[in-house]
Amino acid sequence: MVINDSERQNFATIKNKFDDAEFMNKVRRDMHKFASLQLKDEGLAEDAVQEALIAAHKNRASFGRKSAFKTWVFAILKNKIIDILRKRKREINISEFSDDDSDDISDTLFNERGFWHLEERPIGWTAPMESVKDEHFWRVFETCLAGLPENLAQLFMMREFLELESTEICSTLDISTSNLHVMLYRARVRLRECLENKWFKQE
Amino acid sequence: MMNCKQATRLLSDAQERKLTLKEKTTLTMHTAMCSACRNFGKQMESIRHISLDYVRGNNSKDENEFDE
Repeated sequence: MVINDSERQNFATIKNKFDDAEFMNKVRRDMHKFASLQLKDEGLAEDAVQEALIAAHKNRASFGRKSAFKTWVFAILKNKIIDILRKRKREINISEFSDDDSDDISDTLFNERGFWHLEERPIGWTAPMESVKDEHFWRVFETCLAGLPENLAQLFMMREFLELESTEICSTLDISTSNLHVMLYRARVRLRECLENKWFKQE
Repeated sequence: MMNCKQATRLLSDAQERKLTLKEKTTLTMHTAMCSACRNFGKQMESIRHISLDYVRGNNSKDENEFDE
């Protein structure tokens, strides 16, 4: 087999990544944080991280230099988390995901005719994609995420972090599409409100 | 006329499914007049991008040498 220069170089770079203990410790910590956020179980989170790293190491030849190493292992980790969520399906208490009106904060946002209360009207966000470069923004984002009711946070992360389609989430959790959509709406409304108050109005 | 509560729900749903022609029409009429819901609609897209960035990216700043 002929290995060209760029492949040889690629292989050398990724080998360096796996051998760089300090770098790998940081990646591992971030992976663990990401997995625990979604699995709410330290043991399962650690399993997902281990399996993802083993799979990454095994498939290191397929790593393309076009993506960052961390992006690549996170893509593998996402699949491991999805596998675990699917396996756990039967153990999840379905009622946790039922449409619970206590999650609904619309009365605090809208008047009796369904229009925004004056002080709740969404403002224009200035350059939202610039915020993501700010370390402090991510702390606010994590705080807001942690403030969501657990079932809403779980659904939001399955949709937006794991990028599962509506139909996949519904079949994984045995909930109806309309139920999922109303809960995603409530999650987004709360997250939006929190980001606006804690970040975009503070800037 | 559609109210803000209904409009925001459709703006979130638009991230999940194709809106019907009727929904799109009433929503467009509403957002033409309501800047708050216009902002809300843009923020639904921002939240999706921010979330993807959180996962993808936490990140790339740690290893700029990989950027090409």
